[in-house]
Amino acid sequence: MNVERRKFDALIIGAGGGGLRAALQLARADAQVAVVSKVFPTRSHTVAAQGGVNAALANVLPDNWHWHMFDTVKGSDYLGDQDAIEYMCRAAPKAVYELEHAGVPFSRLENGRIYQRAFGGQSQDFGGEQAARTCAAADRTGHAILHTLYQQNIRARTHFFDEYFAIDLIRDREGYVLGALVMSIESGECLLIEAKATLIATGGAGQLFRTCTNALINTGDGIAMAMRAGVPAQDMEFFQFHPTGIAGKGMLITEGARGEGGYLINREGERFMERYAPHARDLASRDVVARAIATEVREGRGCGPEGDHVLLKVDHLGEEVVAKRLPGIRELALTFLHIDPAKEPIPVYPTAHYTMGGIPTNRFGQVVAPVRHGPEEPVPGLYAAGECACVSVHGANRLGGNSLLDIIVFGRAAARHIVGFLQENRYHRPLERESVERALEHRARWDRKGKGEPVAEIRRELRKVMEEHCGVFRDQQVLSEGLDKVKALAERLQEAVISDHSRIFNTARVEAMETENLMDLALATVTSALARTESRGAHSRIDFPERDDENWMKHTLCFADGRLDYKPVRTRPLTVDPFPPKPRVY
Amino acid sequence: MAADRGEERRRIAWRCRRGMLELDLLLQGFLRRGYDDLTAEERESFLTLLEFPDNPLLEVLMGRQEAVEPEIARVVRKIRSAAAA
Ligand SMILES: Cc1cc2nc3c(=O)[nH]c(=O)nc-3n(C[C@H](O)[C@H](O)[C@H](O)COP(=O)(O)OP(=O)(O)OC[C@H]3O[C@@H](n4cnc5c(N)ncnc54)[C@H](O)[C@@H]3O)c2cc1C
Repeated sequence: MNVERRKFDALIIGAGGGGLRAALQLARADAQVAVVSKVFPTRSHTVAAQGGVNAALANVLPDNWHWHMFDTVKGSDYLGDQDAIEYMCRAAPKAVYELEHAGVPFSRLENGRIYQRAFGGQSQDFGGEQAARTCAAADRTGHAILHTLYQQNIRARTHFFDEYFAIDLIRDREGYVLGALVMSIESGECLLIEAKATLIATGGAGQLFRTCTNALINTGDGIAMAMRAGVPAQDMEFFQFHPTGIAGKGMLITEGARGEGGYLINREGERFMERYAPHARDLASRDVVARAIATEVREGRGCGPEGDHVLLKVDHLGEEVVAKRLPGIRELALTFLHIDPAKEPIPVYPTAHYTMGGIPTNRFGQVVAPVRHGPEEPVPGLYAAGECACVSVHGANRLGGNSLLDIIVFGRAAARHIVGFLQENRYHRPLERESVERALEHRARWDRKGKGEPVAEIRRELRKVMEEHCGVFRDQQVLSEGLDKVKALAERLQEAVISDHSRIFNTARVEAMETENLMDLALATVTSALARTESRGAHSRIDFPERDDENWMKHTLCFADGRLDYKPVRTRPLTVDPFPPKPRVY
Repeated sequence: MAADRGEERRRIAWRCRRGMLELDLLLQGFLRRGYDDLTAEERESFLTLLEFPDNPLLEVLMGRQEAVEPEIARVVRKIRSAAAA
């Protein structure tokens, strides 16, 4: 075991909002905390969140946590765990005030209170009038949260390992997680970080799909690491798509464009939404529009030389309307396509946005897995929080503004539980050679030289296969073909090589390891989607268009070897009556 | 020297990985088309730009805000013109 070692009380993998919130709590409890992040902490994906964070503060319209809870359960299409949802919605106001005190500059009302805006899926009185529940710091809420938490962590003396890539967890024979093997991206050297408790907070996996809104770093590394350590991935078939992303690029074109009178056309110039939704047409619900676009492309009516997108027309609205009412869209199109939407239509395709599934945890952030006695046995020393975790508050579908809330609430909850765990586990457990060797071997795999396919090509193909076979258009045939294709790619990846073997800033090696992680998640995602023969939330099957509560009100668990298991949804809240499943209509 | 150049380029490539897809696309695109043609001074300006936090960087690269220093503004123009290729 020729590798440098460092010891900390707690190791946090990931420096987004979830990881930093947890780190702060721990550092303030006088724990020695290490935070590892593959990019500088303030370049984590949390900076991209503009909309805001939900909390029933009732500053603008009447509101309370119980209504927020109802909306979240309904939004989850009844796959969310009601104990965790109750916990989150009750904790939300305090979580937001804590952020405010830490220095997040929330936008304000004239009376000095935090301003709140209305978002889709928010209601008063259990499905009544629109509520206004989203707190925002102008249009840079995520940025403000991340920078504030980072500053506070620096003050609290959290130890940061910036530009370190986590490779694998270290686990002993009794199942305890003892830390992780990480690699300095700058030097290529490995480092073994031993910790009494390890929290995974590595964010989502939008990069699974060719068209996505996520940054390049969102490759779901932590979920794949947990899978390699024996933990199943939960509910991976639930991936949130937005119907209109810029084709081939991924950035969102908001509903506003269609709200202002924009509409979609296919290669024949036909307003195809009239066929799919005769009344609502282009303003039909997100999943309907997304599936319609994918269907047009599949059936050969897509636009462009590859026929792989449709067009969003706003040019008929005139230059003035476009410039005044859709400035953000105009700016995106001008910058990334060099086209003026007031003159030309915008190529669009559904874009992958949010990973509902992930590492199974309970509401204390403990990673839980079926080991010996029941489906939810905590893995000692292992925690997860944020988009990589599946606690599950979003169930089959996440509501806007609930994910920033999730990372803050469960980042804190996990840290609180870790503090207790540290009191009971005062010493580092001895490392076992085998587990470390295995991780080192994994790292060494990419030192292999010789002939082989380039990894980048496999990554590109994987993302295309996932888009075509596990995107918004799903049925038995499409998914099983997808599974075969992903398996074939996984085999090719075994033989692939990288041509650059230098040590310093070897980004090819990092990208190869990310591709391995994406591959593991792709297998879990397609396998889970193929097995779930119903439509619920973001998972919609053409061949099984209805929700099937009798057989499918359960969480999927998919292991690294493709084995599936299921566990019941936690339908019992902490203190209030359960919300029984109802049709999800808005 | 050649090795150092490669190292420097890889370091910069990693620093071009950001928290927002827009920035990834703009910066990675520029690495492929444009970065290698920069003069030594322009490279300095590019490095300065990479030190910006993500949100201010987005403001500048999307053209919502004019960069203060003319040298940086020039690099920004180059990045923008490489973007849609
Ligand atoms: C465009 C966009 C807009 C959004 N807007 C909103 C919104 O308005 N409201 C809302 O509630 N949600 C929004 N979301 C969702 C929300 O931003 C994310 O779910 C949330 O920020 C995730 O935070 P996180 O802490 O879990 O992970 P992230 O912020 O993604 O952080 C992950 C961290 O893990 C590190 N990491 C990953 N892998 C490794 C590895 N192998 N080794 C070391 N470090 C690693 C990264 O460096 C990073 O520090 C939006 C998402 C997108 C894409």
